[in-house]
Amino acid sequence: MKVAYWPGCVSRGFTPELHGSMARIAPLLDIELVPLDRASCCGAGVIAEHNPELADTLNARTFALAQQAEGTSLMMNICSTCQGAQSECQERLDASAEYRERINATLAGEGLSYEKGLTNKNFLWLLVEEFGLDVLAERVQRPLTDLRVGPFYGCYIVRPAERLGIDEALPRDSYLAQVIETLGGTVTDYAGSHKCCGFPIITMNKEASLKQAGRHLGDAVDAGADCLVTPCPLCHLNLDLQQPLAERVVGRELAMPVLHLPQLVGLALGLAPDQLGLQRHVVKPTAVIDWSTAVVGEVTSTSPAGG
Amino acid sequence: MAEYTLRLRRYDPESGDAPYWEEHTIELEPHRSVLEGILQAKARFDGSIGIRCSCRAAICGSCGVRINGRPDLACHTHLDKAERRAKDGIIEVEPMGNMPVIKDLIVDMEAVHWKKIRRVTPWLIAKQPVPVREYIVPRESMVDVTQSMACIQCGACVSDCLSMEVDPKFIGPAALAKAYRFVGDPRDDQHFERLKDLAEDPHGIYDCTHCFACIDACPKDVAPMSQIMRLRRRAGNDFNIEDRNNGERHESAFVSLVKQYGLLNEAELLPRSYGGDTPLAKFKPSVALEMATTLPAIARALLRRKVTPAAVLKPHKLPKQDLAAVRRIYDEVEGREQRAEFNIYISGKDEDR
Repeated sequence: MKVAYWPGCVSRGFTPELHGSMARIAPLLDIELVPLDRASCCGAGVIAEHNPELADTLNARTFALAQQAEGTSLMMNICSTCQGAQSECQERLDASAEYRERINATLAGEGLSYEKGLTNKNFLWLLVEEFGLDVLAERVQRPLTDLRVGPFYGCYIVRPAERLGIDEALPRDSYLAQVIETLGGTVTDYAGSHKCCGFPIITMNKEASLKQAGRHLGDAVDAGADCLVTPCPLCHLNLDLQQPLAERVVGRELAMPVLHLPQLVGLALGLAPDQLGLQRHVVKPTAVIDWSTAVVGEVTSTSPAGG
Repeated sequence: MAEYTLRLRRYDPESGDAPYWEEHTIELEPHRSVLEGILQAKARFDGSIGIRCSCRAAICGSCGVRINGRPDLACHTHLDKAERRAKDGIIEVEPMGNMPVIKDLIVDMEAVHWKKIRRVTPWLIAKQPVPVREYIVPRESMVDVTQSMACIQCGACVSDCLSMEVDPKFIGPAALAKAYRFVGDPRDDQHFERLKDLAEDPHGIYDCTHCFACIDACPKDVAPMSQIMRLRRRAGNDFNIEDRNNGERHESAFVSLVKQYGLLNEAELLPRSYGGDTPLAKFKPSVALEMATTLPAIARALLRRKVTPAAVLKPHKLPKQDLAAVRRIYDEVEGREQRAEFNIYISGKDEDR
């Protein structure tokens, strides 16, 4: 499968291990990434807050570049926030031919034009809807047996449900749990799985922001999770990078490793933790690495992922 | 007729007992509402079940509850749909969140919701002199506020507000949507004062965590979060209110960094959010102090090579030609005489026309 690949900014900035691990696992899943390296930041909702037309135009440019990417059937992102911010712009662009025309007029100088109906899927959605969980199960080299994983979705990929196409036919708000199970892990249910990490207000109300992160991490600890997994690098910043500060705000030790989705998939595909950048996390994923070292020998020697 | 089982959250604070679940099986047609189901349980099995309701037609906003964990109007939710969404086939009904429970499914709206509504001065402060007959305003100027006027004060958005969950002082989605109703009204005389007040309040417009929970919760498509973003837009862009919560600074730093680099430069965003939208922000003493509190996290990130000094000093940037294209878009869109806002709630979708 060949996809127009949008990694986003943070996955190449403060969470470089996310983009790195996605690039690592893509060949193991026969996904060919055609990077959209000419595209700009999606605005993360902040540019839309400032001027919705500006955000719509910048993302229409990204969509137009994706539609030009040769041989690709769809656009794929690896960031919940990109998914949500871009879906919001796409909803407006697709709603009205007149509005689209106005936006395309701004893009015309570059010879670009967005045509209604782009498919833009987060890696999580692509994994379930395009790749298929049955195929994924066949590729598992090191099942996540005995690993208790708490899903953490990130707001932008679960709300608003209507805009994101979540309904009974496409229960996208349960995909992380489905993937964890497919990889052989155990899903840990806890109160915070679909809540907000608090990152958007870290500079405006630090205490409330870290209280959100700390509370969800604490709930996951209490529910017995070994680690969390998230498709959102911004959530990762508040849950991992800021975890030492969150611990202070909620007044308890948390020590909860937080994995990016491609890292979790990569572990199950047989890759070693350091190939997936797990050593770069602020919270040492000790529980996860101990576990994977313990079973690493069971990876079959025919595995193409060994090196 | 079909059978449905309801699992109701019961609680009577005066009894001294803890809250508990109670199940009742009722018989109704599938298109009947959860409210009718609760009222049948009350009539047939237990008259003490507490539920507040009035119009039964999604107009009065009295019967807000959580159904299968999500806020909605009990009168506006069909039994068959609720059953399909139930995790174990039993329709679970509990009181709304973020508000104290008076009894069973009835929450204290006065203690939270109405107090917050009054906080935003929920009436028109008329421009003087008040005309003898009526104000004449352009039609378009009122279209913009129709979305916030659709609110029926049911409290569903308050129930699920994730900011309020950690910060009970947050003014919240319902009250802030109400605030926009007057900030967007050309007849109101105090737009600046209202916005200044809400921007400076540490629990005001910049305390919203942008989680979309209120948009999903609202049974009337008010999209309270979108109204909060409008308030921010008007405060920051139209009135240039530089608030003490770093709200305006964060937004303008983000917007201008993307113009400068094409991509987000996170290392610059933090100091500029605290110190203002200038490359010199990071050298301000007040910023250094603020940054020092995040030092343990940054130190660890550097230690683990999560963040490398190279990434901080030489941030990622778009290729020259593309950066020029992005800047052209900025100049063209920002240079328009009037900021355009395409709102699907008002304009509708092509296919629905």
